[in-house]
Amino acid sequence: MVEAKPLKSVSVQTAPPPAAAPGEEYLIEVAGLNLHYGHAHALKDISFKLRERMVSAFIGPSGCGKSTLLRCFNRMNDLIDSVRASGRIKIGGQDIMGGDIDVIELRRRVGMVFQKSNPFPKSIYENIAYGLKLQRHRSKSDLDAVVEKSLRDSALWDEVKDRLHASALGLSGGQQQRLCIARAIAIEPGIILMDEPASALDPIATAKIEELILKLKKNFTILIVTHNMQQAARISDYTAFFYLGELVEFDTTSRIFTNPANKRTEDYVTGRFG
Amino acid sequence: MVFLIFVFIGRESLPVFLGKTDTATAKFIPVDQMDHLTPEQLRQYLLLSPAEFKGKSREFLRHKMELREEEAKESGDNKDAAINTTRWRYMLRPYQWSDYNRPEFIWQPRGEIQKFNIIPLVVGSLKVTTVALLISVPLSLAAAIFVSQLCPVRIRELIKPGIELLAGIPSVVLGFFALNVMAGVLQGIFHYRSALNALLAGAALGLAVVPVVFSIAEDALTSVPRSYVQAALALGSSRWQAAWQVVVPAAVPGIFAAIVLGFGRAIGETMIVLMASGNAGVMSWSLLDSARTITATIAAELGEAVQGSPHYRVLFMIGVLLFVVTFLSNLAGELVMQRLKGRLEGKR
Amino acid sequence: MNAVQHPDLRIGRPNWASVFFTGLTGLATFLILAILALILGNALYHGWSNFNWRFLTGGTAKGMFSGGNGIWPMIYGTSARVILMTIFVMPVGVITAIYLTEYAPSGSLLTRFIRSAVNNLAGVPSIVFGLFGLGFFISFIGRNMDAALNPGVEAPVWGKPALIWASLTLAVMTLPVVIVATEESLRAIPQGLREASLALGATKLETVVKIVLPQALPGIMTGAILAIGRAAGEVAPILFTGAAYYMASLPHALSDQFMDLGYHIFILSTQSPNVTETRPIAYATVLALLLLTFSLNLVAILIRARMRSKMRAMH
Repeated sequence: MVEAKPLKSVSVQTAPPPAAAPGEEYLIEVAGLNLHYGHAHALKDISFKLRERMVSAFIGPSGCGKSTLLRCFNRMNDLIDSVRASGRIKIGGQDIMGGDIDVIELRRRVGMVFQKSNPFPKSIYENIAYGLKLQRHRSKSDLDAVVEKSLRDSALWDEVKDRLHASALGLSGGQQQRLCIARAIAIEPGIILMDEPASALDPIATAKIEELILKLKKNFTILIVTHNMQQAARISDYTAFFYLGELVEFDTTSRIFTNPANKRTEDYVTGRFG
Repeated sequence: MVFLIFVFIGRESLPVFLGKTDTATAKFIPVDQMDHLTPEQLRQYLLLSPAEFKGKSREFLRHKMELREEEAKESGDNKDAAINTTRWRYMLRPYQWSDYNRPEFIWQPRGEIQKFNIIPLVVGSLKVTTVALLISVPLSLAAAIFVSQLCPVRIRELIKPGIELLAGIPSVVLGFFALNVMAGVLQGIFHYRSALNALLAGAALGLAVVPVVFSIAEDALTSVPRSYVQAALALGSSRWQAAWQVVVPAAVPGIFAAIVLGFGRAIGETMIVLMASGNAGVMSWSLLDSARTITATIAAELGEAVQGSPHYRVLFMIGVLLFVVTFLSNLAGELVMQRLKGRLEGKR
Repeated sequence: MNAVQHPDLRIGRPNWASVFFTGLTGLATFLILAILALILGNALYHGWSNFNWRFLTGGTAKGMFSGGNGIWPMIYGTSARVILMTIFVMPVGVITAIYLTEYAPSGSLLTRFIRSAVNNLAGVPSIVFGLFGLGFFISFIGRNMDAALNPGVEAPVWGKPALIWASLTLAVMTLPVVIVATEESLRAIPQGLREASLALGATKLETVVKIVLPQALPGIMTGAILAIGRAAGEVAPILFTGAAYYMASLPHALSDQFMDLGYHIFILSTQSPNVTETRPIAYATVLALLLLTFSLNLVAILIRARMRSKMRAMH
């Protein structure tokens, strides 16, 4: 292997992720996952394991299946007719690809933030309360408390506390995305899936989102797809590099960006393609 | 073009509005006064249009005047004969005619005294339209929600054209169906007096309105951005919850417009009500009585009304009324749609 | 807030409310379709016995219900008025649509006024068109034509219900349909095509006539067929503008009255002296009318579908 050159424009997290205690289980285990869009073989034999309360980034050139993989974790691919998937995805020991799984319940435990923010055309309060009201009857004070907590945890509370009942569509792009994050965490999922959450935002808003992710990591397991390698390097503990539907390499972020095992990984990460 | 229509129908009914028509037969001008009238006055007195008047011999005109005088003398003892029944007071408010013992709203253009109260007609139209909307709106909206949000895509492609096929059935055929099939069924269920009534007409009319409301509502529901649906589903809603709590509220302007347009269609429909409503011009709020709508009245009576007569002009007048009502409701629907759509898109 | 370590078992636990409402709305859809099937089935069942070639081609020369007669005069009358209507409405509709899409400055007051007028015209009740036909075409134009062409003649020739007035009334009624369909098909043509033509030095008129119109032809035809389908079934506008219950012979001139399928059904249902005897005939006529309107609609849908797939292939 060629001697690794330090990458110029990438700053890696200085503190390496905590080592796994012996015997600690993995929260997510993927084994032999294959997915077809009609005739196209979009995901080829993917296998990896993730621990909880980590940020894992999926990187790779566009169109190589990262978003598709992400959507497997909350079975959102079910909405597309031509998709056929096989293999195993275990979350907390249960295979969520199984036929007896209540998909709706799954989606309550695995939250999602989309690339383009999509708040409902309702008030800020109603957006966050929506997911809560689906689950069980709560008193108004209960709802108020959870809404406030979610907004605080998403670093949005100070900016909107005086206009909770104003339309969510009146917020800026960055604020809307943080609102979507608040909406997702309000129902207390264990895992949050983020599909390029900051790609449509300006640098300042992006920085705020990244800050938020680092904060959320304490309580949630986060899987994030991103085009922005520097972002992956900044915020993730583990990184998976995908190319043309295959998982090429999966390792701690520092290793991937400083000393990748696979040549293709190195080429991508040093900017030779992609 | 619309303006043209308005103008020419208005033209025919203008005399009614301006109070120039006069159905009082007791008033007459003695024959020997004929030469004292200008040709124009004479023409109007004899209720002839300009084309009819031209070229008529003096003999002819004199004869007509004599006829009128006779008429007047015969009806002299009937006090109603002195009334101009096309004045607004008689067309809108109840009046106690000489052979009735209390004030009534009556539309009865035939007979000696022509009664033109339009309230029974308006009530009839409203009754039938209300029944039609009550039946068709929930049905169409439910179907629209199902087809656009809840059912698999392949089935949707089959159902949509199916319901649009209903739109292709001419209203004559629906009226025919109402007469031959529905009348029997409904009478069997409810056991009422007259088989043709507002309920039957309303039900059949509902069938005609369903495709209108359905296609506009379904369009509106499908136009709601898919990102909302995805967000809702990702939070763990079922398809119904996403549809009912997110999509439907977002599509409210379109749904409202669908209902308004359905109303316009219902109130303007002619053939179905003509065949199924019974056509008795009785003033009644009951749904089980025979009813007569504005449209059916025009259709049924225009053929018999003498051109240029007060009856003729009154029929045109209610036509104008109908036109104005549908025009306004269409306008309202359009405005609401535009404004709310602007609000939804403007913020985005 | 702790992350859920091992989420509890997720066996299917249906949300009863959702299932109920999904079923309810599905039921509503099914009900509508069932009624549709009922109507069609009823017409088919009762009308089939009378529905034969003789029925379709027989005339009424020897009286309405004597032997050997049929509904040919009605078919003829309906077709005649519909064809005439098409001749009147297509040029006006297409030209208006071309003006609105190609020439009119968008957003100008006149454009918006015309658009709004077209939309409102679409919502006018059919009987109001009948009144218009009576008040404008017959009373005004027809009457004056009589005065000008046949002065002194007692019986009106043009100033009475006639084939031409009914057709014109229907043309006014279906104008919005044609305009909208034409506009849609004009808009579907990519701007690049027009630009290419102009860049070669063609005038706007040439571009429209030689490039745009031929491309838009399927859409225009769809509009025409939809208009025809609608007009064939309408009775209210022709009630006093030209339809007659019984005529011994086919209409010869534009100023003649005519018999009509829909009108026939109407009269048979409401004013027939012997309902049981005439009901089968009425059913057969209904079948004929349905066949006519549905086949027209079907043709329109097929053309539209083929147009769409061609459009997709083009892009």
